[in-house]
Amino acid sequence: MRAYTPKDDVQAKAYYTDRFYVSPQVPKQKPESDEVFNADLEAIKAKFEVTDAYIQVEQLVIYINANDIYGVLELMRDELEYTQLSEMSAIDWLAKGNKFEIFYQMLSMNKRKRIRVKYFIENGQAVDSVEKLFRSADWSEREMFDMFGIEANGHPFMKRILMPYDWQGFPLLKTYPLQGDEFAAWYEVDKIYGKEARDIIGPELRDTAKVDRYDSERFARLGHEVPKGTKITGNEPKNEQNYQEDDGVFMIKKFDKKDSVVIDDPQR
Amino acid sequence: MAQHKVNYTQDGGLPVALTSIDKIVNWGRSNSIWALTYGLACCGIEMMASGASRYDFDRFGTIFRASPRQADVMIVAGTLTKKHAEFIKRLYDQMTEPKWVISMGSCANTGGMFNTYATVQGVDRIIPVDLYLPGCAPRPETLQYGVMLLQKKIRANEASRAQKAKRLM
Repeated sequence: MRAYTPKDDVQAKAYYTDRFYVSPQVPKQKPESDEVFNADLEAIKAKFEVTDAYIQVEQLVIYINANDIYGVLELMRDELEYTQLSEMSAIDWLAKGNKFEIFYQMLSMNKRKRIRVKYFIENGQAVDSVEKLFRSADWSEREMFDMFGIEANGHPFMKRILMPYDWQGFPLLKTYPLQGDEFAAWYEVDKIYGKEARDIIGPELRDTAKVDRYDSERFARLGHEVPKGTKITGNEPKNEQNYQEDDGVFMIKKFDKKDSVVIDDPQR
Repeated sequence: MAQHKVNYTQDGGLPVALTSIDKIVNWGRSNSIWALTYGLACCGIEMMASGASRYDFDRFGTIFRASPRQADVMIVAGTLTKKHAEFIKRLYDQMTEPKWVISMGSCANTGGMFNTYATVQGVDRIIPVDLYLPGCAPRPETLQYGVMLLQKKIRANEASRAQKAKRLM
């Protein structure tokens, strides 16, 4: 298994140098280069503050203030024909400035255009729910809370959606280890059998490449099976597993390969 | 209606077969393994295929039941998430003794490729397992072979005594 390296500051330092590879930036265009987008942007700018705007991969990206989100989406839905919220979630920039970036992907079926609305919030800050505008935000905001711990003010049912209600920790944070923290490792054992069962059941085996030929508690001794817990000393004889006892079974005929016929014709 | 003629002169003149309680009970048990419908992921598709006409589980007396109270064997077919772990324990406890568990596929055996925070790393952390089937996913033949091995295991037990309940701890 790959050795575990702490990921607390994974974003703070570059783990590659320009010498080898620089990830290319997707080129950005000015919003003025597209008529429809430009008109939309002007309509939003007339009422709300837009801190940044550009077109990237044929989509308009705008940055707004966190407090304006409900108003901006309401304006886009009712006046600019962006009637669908296809997706929303957060991006973890905690290591780089203690911030979350929240994005809302809007789709207009009439204009055939997509706009991404974005803003930053501080760590621990809540966002305004847009569930009253778009029903799809109901589950998206719950998932955002589940995965990042960002609460949405005004949401009717602000609870976890994927993880169990009594889960601790937010799995999509960059600092959350992929194989889980201590709470995750013992979650099912603690819940079903209690903490005192930890010693009996034992820790999770996370090393997928581990093979221990002296281990008889697990099943990976194909062809050399022994009863569970047997002390394995050396070379156990090969254990031919047969699906039937040698002297046969009452009323059940044993399959004999010699008597069987292999049909070659696939169309039979 | 078919007319059966009993030959009272053969086998000492009696239409009787002698056997032991163990054998007759185990014969019945091993040939009527009712399985709990428990497809958790893609292995469930293979389990369904085993039950359908091409592979035809009914030949073995294996009929899928929708209730744990009617089932003898729990075929854990698929990935067990940590959220679902308490339910598998509850369903296992609801099954009547004697009961058996087949862990089907890599995910149920060890967590498989899901080496993550949300997956139980082997269903044997929750319930005792009688048979592990390797594969991702195992083919229906593997599952049927597994059921035949389970039948052999059932036949090897002493049925007359009160069977000791299997418990993880």
